[in-house]
Amino acid sequence: MVGNLLLRGMMVGVLAGLLAFCFARTFGEPWVDYAIAFEEHASHAAGAAGGMEEPEIVSRATQAGLGLFTGLVIYGAAVGGLIALAFAFANGRLGRLSPRSVAALIATLGYVAIVIVPQLKYPANPPAVGSADTIVARTELFFAMLAFSVALMIASVMLARRLAERIGGWNGATVAAIVYVSIVAVMFAALPDIEEIPASFSPAALWNFRIASIGVQAVLWSVVGLAFGAVTEYAARRENAPRHTAGAAALR
Amino acid sequence: MTNAAFATSASTPSRAEPIPVSKILPWAVFGGLMLVLTVYFVGAEEGATSLIGGSVVHEFVHDGRHLLGFPCH
Ligand SMILES: [Zn+2]
Repeated sequence: MVGNLLLRGMMVGVLAGLLAFCFARTFGEPWVDYAIAFEEHASHAAGAAGGMEEPEIVSRATQAGLGLFTGLVIYGAAVGGLIALAFAFANGRLGRLSPRSVAALIATLGYVAIVIVPQLKYPANPPAVGSADTIVARTELFFAMLAFSVALMIASVMLARRLAERIGGWNGATVAAIVYVSIVAVMFAALPDIEEIPASFSPAALWNFRIASIGVQAVLWSVVGLAFGAVTEYAARRENAPRHTAGAAALR
Repeated sequence: MTNAAFATSASTPSRAEPIPVSKILPWAVFGGLMLVLTVYFVGAEEGATSLIGGSVVHEFVHDGRHLLGFPCH
């Protein structure tokens, strides 16, 4: 049962990764190319003072094609698996929500906790923006923010469920959302900022890259949420169908 | 199978019976491990840390890593 859900989520995630690849290729790659051109320009300027060229291990065409495709499909499968597991916990436990609504809700909350909140504090950067010296600190801060945001979201959903028994579902969810946003705001204020963007890097290119990044994730999470819900409801209807017709039940 | 189908037929069709947590946990542990591993290779291998030598994995999924918002260079 749970194994089937997990497999279904991962398959839907592969499909979502495919669509996310089309989006990323169209709206994201131009800005990656811009950033790499910027980077090469900068390193040529530095190279004149005695630096040396970095060897190209994987060609740009492969990175922007098969590499991007592989990365997004694997990440999509992971997102699908995560949503499937969260669905297994949540389905039938969130008031009277239908399976489809539960899947859509999980995808929305997951997108907020895993993409929007961490990215508001530590936004996506194209190549050439980060400093190699700070990669360890940046990675630690990013994953700390991510883990905290996810844990806080789980706690908030549990709080909303508990409050729903006393003050109703809508009020309970509102209070839990206020608690979530308030604690996230404190976290944003407490964690250090990272300011590494080169002064000559185009602000428009940076903005477009970040919007594309948010969009890639939006395609991924919405496709998984909607498709997983649709397939699950279709499967449930097929399973329940024989009970309406006595003959079909006897055939089983 | 038939017993279970008839037992649930009394409840509303749109709302499923919750799956017992004890049945989800083993899958959650297994799925969680796979999840961490895949996200690690797409998002972090040969960045701040490295499990397998060289930077082929890093370079191969590099565009995806940047576009998914993971910290990189
Ligand atoms: Zn990079």
